[in-house]
Amino acid sequence: MKLNGSQIIMEVLKEQGVDTVFGYPGGAALNVYDSLYDYSDQIHHILTAHEQGASHAADGYSRSTGKTGVVFATSGPGATNLVTGLATAFLDSVPMVAITCNVTDDAIGRDAFQEVSITGVTLPITKHNFFVNKIENLADAIRQAFRIANEGRKGPVLIDITKDVTALNNTYEYTKQEPVALKPNPSIDPTKIDAILEAIKLSKKPVVYFGGGVASSQAKEELNEFLKRLDAPATYTLMGAGVLNFEDPKNLGLIGMHGSMLANQAIDQADLVFALGTRFSDRVALNPNQFAKRAAIVHVDIDESEINKNVVINFDVVADIKDFLKAILEKLDQQDHSDWIEHLKQYKKFIDVPVQEATIRPRDIIEATCDLTDKETIYVTDVGQHQMWAAQYLKHEKAENFLTSGGLGTMGYGYGAAIGAQAGNPEKRVIHFTGDGSFHMNLNEACTAVSNKLPIITIIFDNKVLGMVYQWQTVFYNKHYSQTIPGRKTDYVQLAKGFGAKGFEVNTLEEFKDAFQQALKEKGPVWIACNIAKEERVLPMIPNGGTIDDMIIK
Amino acid sequence: MSKEVISIFVDNSSNVLTRVASLFGRRGFNIESLTVSTTNDPRISRITVVFNGGKQSLHQILTQTRKLEVVKDIFTLDKDTSLFRELLLVKIACDKSNRSAVKEIVDIFRGKIISLSKHNMIVELTGASEKIDGFLDMINCYDVLEVCRTGVTGISRDSSSIDEDSD
Repeated sequence: MKLNGSQIIMEVLKEQGVDTVFGYPGGAALNVYDSLYDYSDQIHHILTAHEQGASHAADGYSRSTGKTGVVFATSGPGATNLVTGLATAFLDSVPMVAITCNVTDDAIGRDAFQEVSITGVTLPITKHNFFVNKIENLADAIRQAFRIANEGRKGPVLIDITKDVTALNNTYEYTKQEPVALKPNPSIDPTKIDAILEAIKLSKKPVVYFGGGVASSQAKEELNEFLKRLDAPATYTLMGAGVLNFEDPKNLGLIGMHGSMLANQAIDQADLVFALGTRFSDRVALNPNQFAKRAAIVHVDIDESEINKNVVINFDVVADIKDFLKAILEKLDQQDHSDWIEHLKQYKKFIDVPVQEATIRPRDIIEATCDLTDKETIYVTDVGQHQMWAAQYLKHEKAENFLTSGGLGTMGYGYGAAIGAQAGNPEKRVIHFTGDGSFHMNLNEACTAVSNKLPIITIIFDNKVLGMVYQWQTVFYNKHYSQTIPGRKTDYVQLAKGFGAKGFEVNTLEEFKDAFQQALKEKGPVWIACNIAKEERVLPMIPNGGTIDDMIIK
Repeated sequence: MSKEVISIFVDNSSNVLTRVASLFGRRGFNIESLTVSTTNDPRISRITVVFNGGKQSLHQILTQTRKLEVVKDIFTLDKDTSLFRELLLVKIACDKSNRSAVKEIVDIFRGKIISLSKHNMIVELTGASEKIDGFLDMINCYDVLEVCRTGVTGISRDSSSIDEDSD
């Protein structure tokens, strides 16, 4: 079958099972959008206000559905606007395919209108990228992009296509193909499992510390069985939040900079640490030489380059987490560490420092939200204090229902990601937690939620300051509030009206619950601005490079 | 810190060198030299890198580079079982007063004078890096106008090949 380049794009997307894409048209992308017009009954395109929003939407769609998120953009500024979204997905290992159009091949390298070498720009923030200037390479490039995005450690891939390749009169033979098979996961050396089993026998104080790799390999069930058999408690990074049930007595809470006293003490005192699908980042192993300094460390990760990268470990297994857990569960006898678990009970999981000025408190807002929503609810955050509060207090039970920018820490991630999550999960409720700082970054996407009738409920933790930086300035910079008090006069109720959305502003928990109940009945987007006190802090906190001994608890 | 020579087989396509070099740059790998050439398989190019660093950073460079889609294989060349060579071109100012003295050194190092004029000569020399260093050290007392070294390229010795590592 002879098809033009734009039709080939649509057909290959169909091969991959893609039915939803996010994007924004433009001059170089005219042909692709013309083809999309013909395929509109098979491929649903969501137009955002800005390409950055589209890139975060594709990311949120991917994280919440487990499918590959797809984003379209035109050349030049369209393509460069994807950069933050691609970097966000790259740092959090989210499978995404970005398709950008470039100027015609004969204009490449001549600084043509809206020409940018986006493959050059995105080299460090994609797993791989393709520059396609020949129609015969097009279909394979897209097929390989989907393979690369999903193979091993997942991540974003970009395909840049010159306009002549997509031209309506440029045709090429197309034959439908199955998606390219992924490389099988690495096999596990049984002697390594035996060595680890020996270490378990010697251990009296084991702790499991896990990250996004557990969620990515969908190993929740195996992890719970492992914790039961090992009789060990577990802590997790931001990317692992939601894998363990909130009420589970083995759940020690978050680890690291804003992790719990309980989790950080457990790691510090442990004699054996299992690091599963995680990478000892500087927000976790703040001082890599002191991290789990009394413990033998077992590191399991699908990415070999993570082994010994930040912290030197004792046992390494390069494997998919699910495969590893299955392999070790085959041989692991029931252990008993009740003394150790009893010992840890003296440490607190949460710290509450009353704030005199507060009329409504962050933890109460989050808990009320959980009480008023069901277990399938997807929670999306932006970045800052509210993100940490959400990670600490949310009672969610699935990692894929908690979307947050962990590695890159992208303020403005939330609204786009919430749009992607709601588009991919129309039957689920999507709640977007944000701060007044993050919300102002990409609130333009409210128009997208209105146009597409996406009933996203945004909860704004409005403290009138850029809270996280403000908190650090309070503690470490002599209260020099340099550029963290923006003095904005945004009226969130009026703002919502202007967008054709619905807005509330609340000062007490009762008002919040009332507004939330009303929000649940709306068909389109709603936001509730909660006037919290700027004195609210994320606690505990360990300064950069510090250890448990430097922990600030009040 | 130790010196390692790393061989990388990559796709022979555009931008491959950029991908590899950009990775080295952003990960802060300490590269001493890098050479690229085609191989007997036209689809594959070979990159030889001389790397300076500890064991942990060697593991990093190997595993990070291996993740690049364009990399087909990567390994270190064992010093005892591999051969390493470098090519030097050097322009030395000399006239009839000292030409024969320079030529004497060139001959000792089995170099070749490939260009000669009234005021200078160009010498070509191939060998292991230590030999090139030694030669440059010897001619340092003359007026060296320009130095051009290719950087190390290396190959592992097959057990059946003839060992000719005599110079």
